Amino acid sequence: MVFLRTALLVLRKDVAIEVRSREILYTTLFFAVSCVLIFSFAFVREGAPPQEAAADVAAGILWIAVAFSGTLALGRTFERERYGETLKALLLAPAPRPAIYVGKLLGMVLLMTVAELVLVPMVALLFQAALFARPLLVSALLFAGTVGFAAVGTLFAAMLIRARTRDVMLPILLYPITIPVIIAGVRGTSALLTVPPDEAMATMWLGVLTSFDVVFVTLALWTFEPLMTE
Amino acid sequence: MIVDFDRVELADVSRHFGRRRAVTRVSLAATRGDILGLLGPNGAGKSTLIGLLATLVAATSGSIRYGDRTAAAAGPDIRRGIGLLAHELHLYPELTARQNLDFFARLYGLDARAAVPAALESAGLADRADDDVSAFSRGMRQRLALERSLMHQPRLVLLDEPFTGLDDRAVTLVTDRLRRIAAAGAIVIVATHDLDLADGLVTRMAVVRDGRLIADEPSGAGLRNRYRTLVTGGGGAARA
Repeated sequence: MVFLRTALLVLRKDVAIEVRSREILYTTLFFAVSCVLIFSFAFVREGAPPQEAAADVAAGILWIAVAFSGTLALGRTFERERYGETLKALLLAPAPRPAIYVGKLLGMVLLMTVAELVLVPMVALLFQAALFARPLLVSALLFAGTVGFAAVGTLFAAMLIRARTRDVMLPILLYPITIPVIIAGVRGTSALLTVPPDEAMATMWLGVLTSFDVVFVTLALWTFEPLMTE
Repeated sequence: MIVDFDRVELADVSRHFGRRRAVTRVSLAATRGDILGLLGPNGAGKSTLIGLLATLVAATSGSIRYGDRTAAAAGPDIRRGIGLLAHELHLYPELTARQNLDFFARLYGLDARAAVPAALESAGLADRADDDVSAFSRGMRQRLALERSLMHQPRLVLLDEPFTGLDDRAVTLVTDRLRRIAAAGAIVIVATHDLDLADGLVTRMAVVRDGRLIADEPSGAGLRNRYRTLVTGGGGAARA
């Protein structure tokens, strides 16, 4: 009960800060939209997406935008906790320290989900991708991928909060570990965009993502406290 | 569960950061009612000792006991009894004073509706409660941060340079407040290098230099001269 209450308090606090400043949301959205637009300039000709591997291109661009904007949001979210060393105040609270991690993770998932709500229709429109044909499976893939990416990213961003080279180190550490998330997300989404859609393949990749989530959320909960104690 | 404790004790505690020895084999104890001044020049290891006592820094060797418990054995329950005002103020500048206090009150399981107005009043910020903390002066932030660290009525109060940015009136209010807290049975540990403010406030002084404890004695009269003798061998400036 204390665990859940603490996690929700941290989430509520992050949302309250973001509602007041809107700094991370705007920068993340701007970056994500720019990323998709640049790819559309490269691949879309006379209003039509590439004929070859259209599904792979759309799925790849969607997940690249999710991953890059997520990395930006991770860095900014923890920069906020570094200023004033408020993360220490959170760690000092009389609650299980992993609850702080879960609260930050929920905030990241929420922020990335908002970005995806803009990205998905944009990719669907610009690349004529049938992302709304199987909405449940696409949502499940995006959600599972977001949780996996944010689970690893939140842990690394928290670990690196005291490192001078955190801005460089975060992507260096994050991308190799989250490659399975990106691959599973791209393959699963691509399977749904092919004609006809391969739901069995997408479901298989969803299973991979879910397994990744379980493993890395468990590992993060286990290691957060020792990693955060100096 | 709240773990109450009458005594906090460091036994042979060392903390090394790589090859740098921040704290070396420090043994120190404080009991209810003590206002222990942790004195020493910059870089002496005062803040590391505060971090160790706050359970934010793990000891490389030695043990820290809160009554008969260790932080490892009763983490959250021990932390409920600790209030920390660090050099960085642990406040969110994007939020208002009220929102900051409300968040921390709930984090400590307090009734925010009662605790927050009382803390704002005590900080002298009731009329600025809905202003963003980013608009506050350093002194106002310091007062707010002090209330944040005290609002859950901690058993162990750890203060790292608590007088930074405070004007004379605020210093008097804070010192009076600390005396009352100690008189009510808390253990107060103040890390500072400001001897003018420590003199007359602390009941005991522990002097650290280069990570080692070089004196632990009642403060009494002539604190400044004794500190000067201990730290500089009598020839240096008393204000480190």
